[in-house]
Amino acid sequence: MSVPAEPQVAEHAGEHRDYVGAKLGMWIFVFTELILFGGLFVAYGMYRSMHPLEFHKASGELNIALGVTNTVVLLTSSLTMVLSVVAIRLQRKVQSMFFLACTMLLGAVFLVNKFFEWRAKFHHGIFPGSDHLMARPPGERLFFGLYFGMTGLHGLHVTIGVVVMSVMMVFLARDRIRHNDFIKLENTGLYWHLVDVIWIFLLPLFYLAA
Amino acid sequence: MSTVVESPTSESSFYARKGIASWLLTTDHKRIGILYLASMMTFFLVGMTFGVFMRLEQLSMGPTIMKPTTYNALFTLHGVFMIFLFVIPGLSAVFGNFFLPIMIGAKDVAFPRLNLLSWYLFMSGAAVALSSLFTGNGPPDTGWSFYVPYSLRTGTNVTMAVFGVFLIGFSSIITGLNFITTMHRLRTKGMNWMRMPLFPWALYATAWVQVLATPILGITLLLVILERVFHLGIFDPSIGGDPILYQHLFWTYSHPAVYIMILPAMGAISEIIPTFAHRTIFGYKAIVISSMGIAAIGSLVWAHHMFTSGMSEVAIVVFSLLTFLVAIPSAIKVFNWVATLYKGSVELRSPMLFALAFIFLFSIGGLTGLFQGALAINVHVHDTYFIVGHFHYVMFGGTGFAFFAALHYWYPKMFGRMYNERAAIVAFVLIFIGFNLLYFTFLVLGLQGMPRRYYDHLPKFHTGHIWATIGSWIMVAGLLLMVINLVRGLFRKTSISANPWGGVTLEWTVPSPPPTENFDVLPVISEPAYTFNPVAKESA
Repeated sequence: MSVPAEPQVAEHAGEHRDYVGAKLGMWIFVFTELILFGGLFVAYGMYRSMHPLEFHKASGELNIALGVTNTVVLLTSSLTMVLSVVAIRLQRKVQSMFFLACTMLLGAVFLVNKFFEWRAKFHHGIFPGSDHLMARPPGERLFFGLYFGMTGLHGLHVTIGVVVMSVMMVFLARDRIRHNDFIKLENTGLYWHLVDVIWIFLLPLFYLAA
Repeated sequence: MSTVVESPTSESSFYARKGIASWLLTTDHKRIGILYLASMMTFFLVGMTFGVFMRLEQLSMGPTIMKPTTYNALFTLHGVFMIFLFVIPGLSAVFGNFFLPIMIGAKDVAFPRLNLLSWYLFMSGAAVALSSLFTGNGPPDTGWSFYVPYSLRTGTNVTMAVFGVFLIGFSSIITGLNFITTMHRLRTKGMNWMRMPLFPWALYATAWVQVLATPILGITLLLVILERVFHLGIFDPSIGGDPILYQHLFWTYSHPAVYIMILPAMGAISEIIPTFAHRTIFGYKAIVISSMGIAAIGSLVWAHHMFTSGMSEVAIVVFSLLTFLVAIPSAIKVFNWVATLYKGSVELRSPMLFALAFIFLFSIGGLTGLFQGALAINVHVHDTYFIVGHFHYVMFGGTGFAFFAALHYWYPKMFGRMYNERAAIVAFVLIFIGFNLLYFTFLVLGLQGMPRRYYDHLPKFHTGHIWATIGSWIMVAGLLLMVINLVRGLFRKTSISANPWGGVTLEWTVPSPPPTENFDVLPVISEPAYTFNPVAKESA
């Protein structure tokens, strides 16, 4: 099974479509997202080097099983995303929609897991500004501040990804995304992989640091 | 430039379609440029009004027309309006949008709809920032830099203002991304990188800074909001955070932002100088390389804003050195412009006057910047009027004057009309005299020890403050005359030829105002930019 070559520039019904340009634009956007998270990674690195023991201790309170489950969920969703793009390039519209639906579902599973994880922390009185947290040493407060800030921002990105995918689903259904014009779906995939990559860094920094 | 251009004869300028919707839903880069121009001139006049009130307060000692808290709000809003709504996006959003596609021979930018979105993000950011004046507990009083921990403690409406700036930053990222893709993908046939005019080149360097630096501002401002709302603790020393981290992150964006402001200004000057000297630009390659050099080195100098904040001495020395380095590419540009004038037939029209004033004022701004790069002087002048004077020379004397130069230069192309040249020159003279009276006095006051951001002053500074306030009146008179002259020009029934100044870049080959599609047939380029034919014959 060989996938057809990527298009370059094409004219569709008088409309100018620049495949390479659209992809270049998306890559630049992906870089800006990396830098956005970069600011938080800098903060993490600085505070961890200032409070290594407290970070170590606080990290032990996170649920590794949930973290690893979510990693598997997100990695699998990246696979289904790729399969969806490949399917539409092979003109298999229904298959492409199926894989996209799988990706959305896995994204939702990730968010549900995250919800339960956060809820458990809240029940233990661990949330930014809580009395319980303020009674603990500064390093642990910062760890949880960063934990909620970074996983929260990441969760927001997952949510946006799922919303964008639902729009792509409509495009697929209405043949606005076709085998020779699939850049919207592919760019959505790029964004989704970015969300995935950021999570791959969040997992060891927060869950496995203990 | 001998290009294979068939001059479009159609009467269908891009203004032809009428109605509000045709403007608010437009994806035409030229219309979006005009939308930006109208909104930014409004914000500029509002920001100028804040400034005038501050100068009036300083005219006499003690509280006169306002309370200290009002003064704090005024300098914050003056900074937020002027920096985030005028000088940072200014030249690239207005003239970049309008002229970048035309100058590289394209019909539009790469992502026309994203382009419109960026204007809407800009306007919603402005609206949110504006609404912080009237909602919550009053306008923010932190200064435009929103320094923690004060910005976390103050009861004023910082959250709203910060969110507004966040949206404006997002708009800036989208514009940068759009321009980079446009220049990579849509240059017309024969338009090699090294044949591209210098304004697009400057926009290219700027766009990379916009794309790579602005996300840092985004996350920093987002954290300020999260700190204020949820007490995350990253910047809050009472929870364990470090305020110096905020300063680092803030300036990691906000110093490169200075180059987002000045690079397109330098690009516009590099267009205007050869046109009115009627000879090719001196050192095209040097200007290109220095643009990219400024973008690169300029991203590594941020901590020179923090010499007194308590960093390690090694870091301070390194940042001081890098600060001196960034002066080199800037100076290269100044020498190139001056060398372009040499043996040129210089024509002193109003855009050229603004451009020459730019070189003069930017040089003063740049050199006073070097003073502050030197560690000992920095400690002495830190947080004084010397700093205020310095960055007004760079931002207003630099970017502001370049904006007005570009506005007078491209006005006939954008509107197909002409302003009154004599009024424009009178306005220029008033602005130039008022500007120097106002801000040179600031430099002197600063060296005498007048601290910035105080609503009042000691008797020994009184004379200086009176002179500065008089300067502000002269400058404002000039600015108002300039705006009135430009607005009146729109209603004068003059029509303008395609090339009123004798320019040689592509925008002068299309009618004034340009047709919707820019070019009937896309031009094919066979020569370097700035080939002035008479000069080329002489040297051949």
